[in-house]
Amino acid sequence: MSAVVRLHNVHKSFGSHKVLEGVSFEVGRGEVAAVIGQSGSGKSTALRCINALETIEHGSIDVCGHAVHDPKLDRRSLRRDVGIVFQSYNLFPHLTVEQNIMLAPTCVKALPKAKARELAREVLARVGLEAKAENYPEQLSGGQQQRVAIARSLAMQPKLMLFDEVTSALDPQLTGEVLKVMEDLARGGMTMILVTHEMAFARKVASQVIYMHKGKVWETGPGSMLDAPKTAELASFVGSGL
Amino acid sequence: MTYEFDFSALLPYWREFAWGALLTLQLSALSTVLGFILGTLCAIGRADGPRWVKFLVACYVEVIRNTPLLVQVFIVYFGIATLGIRVSANMAAVIALVVNVGAYTSEIVRAGLESVHKSQLEAADCLGLSRPQIYWHVVLRPAVERVYPALTSQYVLLMLASSITSQISAEELTAVANRIQSDTFRSFETYIVVGVIYLALSFVVRIALGLFGLAVFVRRRKLGTAL
Amino acid sequence: MPTFSLVHLEFLGWAALWTLGLSAIAFIGGGLVGFAVALARISPVRGLRWAAIGYIQIVQGTPLLILLFLIYFGIAILGFSEVPALAAAGLGLTIYSSGFLAEIWRGCIQSVPRTQWEAAECLALTPWQRMTRVILPQAARIATAPTVGFLVQIVKNTSLASVVGFVELAQAGKLINNSIFEPFTVFMVVAAIYFAICFPLSTWSRSLERKLNVGRR
Repeated sequence: MSAVVRLHNVHKSFGSHKVLEGVSFEVGRGEVAAVIGQSGSGKSTALRCINALETIEHGSIDVCGHAVHDPKLDRRSLRRDVGIVFQSYNLFPHLTVEQNIMLAPTCVKALPKAKARELAREVLARVGLEAKAENYPEQLSGGQQQRVAIARSLAMQPKLMLFDEVTSALDPQLTGEVLKVMEDLARGGMTMILVTHEMAFARKVASQVIYMHKGKVWETGPGSMLDAPKTAELASFVGSGL
Repeated sequence: MTYEFDFSALLPYWREFAWGALLTLQLSALSTVLGFILGTLCAIGRADGPRWVKFLVACYVEVIRNTPLLVQVFIVYFGIATLGIRVSANMAAVIALVVNVGAYTSEIVRAGLESVHKSQLEAADCLGLSRPQIYWHVVLRPAVERVYPALTSQYVLLMLASSITSQISAEELTAVANRIQSDTFRSFETYIVVGVIYLALSFVVRIALGLFGLAVFVRRRKLGTAL
Repeated sequence: MPTFSLVHLEFLGWAALWTLGLSAIAFIGGGLVGFAVALARISPVRGLRWAAIGYIQIVQGTPLLILLFLIYFGIAILGFSEVPALAAAGLGLTIYSSGFLAEIWRGCIQSVPRTQWEAAECLALTPWQRMTRVILPQAARIATAPTVGFLVQIVKNTSLASVVGFVELAQAGKLINNSIFEPFTVFMVVAAIYFAICFPLSTWSRSLERKLNVGRR
């Protein structure tokens, strides 16, 4: 079994509003999957389901050997394997960059402080922010904060990284520096699923593009599928320049 | 009006005044620390506890905030005695003050907890932190930091309100003053002096809590943002 | 040994009326003085401003109990021997309330957005018109909830009036207890009466606050 993530016929609704109506896809080890679609297509919800931030009504989700749909799921052990980065960074404002990164390794993995600090410097170097270790989040630009958020997830050495519209809140010039970090990660062999509006990035980096529409997977394929859409919906989505 | 002020009669008592001030500081410091712990636990219970805990905390807060401290002091001091348990006046004073300030703290800290964004909890949860870890590392400090000015005011009020415990003859500044004025018959002067001491104490407490805040909330100190 | 009975309850009922009366005096007196102090506190005249700050700091920085002692003995010094306890208690609570209400209301007046002051000025309103027609109506809306909330503090603090010889609810409780020595019952009943007065006020204050927040959103 090579799939790290497998969604099968996933259904989810908020009240009477159906958000996911039978979503299925697989992401293999080392793959980069880009989930695209209009807002309201259910793509972010699908991502949140993978990390058990939402509970699903029907179907199955297997992530790194965890049965996420199982009510008896050990969420904390799932979260050791899965890192997630949010649109709004969600750094802890009262902690320095370094403390933000050290928190989970010391709390969850009981790593000694010195070890954790070493680790923090290491992941900060990977996102190019060693110099900002002692700063507080509010002293950083949005792009830098997002890179710290990525580093914070990396410090837990996850097997899978989820990115939920991580550049949507950023200016175009700050978007570039974050995408660069993600591209480096992809090249390093990290399994990644990203919900994104960055078509160029999806086309270039993703090994699999998943187009979602009205709570369903409408079309999947390699990055090149964006150049030759099979369905009218994807064609108009790509054509709209989103 | 022929009254002649005579503060010199009080001079020999300066030791007593100082001692009283110290007792008041001790009493309020102890009540503040214990009240903060009680109040914070209640705030967490009310924000995140099971239904019956929420209900109990809500009742506790409402009952305390809507009855006078003086009556609470009487209930603790005389009430506990009727249950056959002997408590000293000082002990009763501490209990009453802690229970009282705990209720106010709980409401203030609750507002702080509510100001911490849900996404912060989600992020910590996704990093694999347990519920207690999340509260300790991610929620509590920013929450208390945000409401720290309100807490400071509340604890200054507590220090002043501790004078009420003189009504059961607990050992503190006002009780000391009551004794001195009956010794010297210089009542007005005595209470003027004590009033000035309380005023000074309220400044001292405010400054001390401010410094404490700067020591605890490192970010505020480093970034120079006001508390 | 007599026990707690209807007679005592009736006595407490009368005392509760005195508590309400004293609270009303403190609120009206404190409101008048406090409003003047609040205006002085934001006045362009520096001396007035500092006097107001000093007054507020002193009232908020000393215990009400000490203030009441000072009034009690001060009246004796001034040579009035026949001042009714109600007047002494009313004076003390008026001073106390004014110090806090002044600060609450100052905050409310200043929380009216700067642009409103400027707009009023640009319309060539006099300072008096500006205050009464533009600022105060808006400030009053903001001030209602915390003012009602402070009423609760006033009611509770009337319990200290016994030190100037005024018999209100708490003191009545103490007197009854001295004769029958059932402190737990007596003070629980006393507390319940205070609660019955204060809780509706607290609830009202909270609902006013909620309405204001909704209106602002």
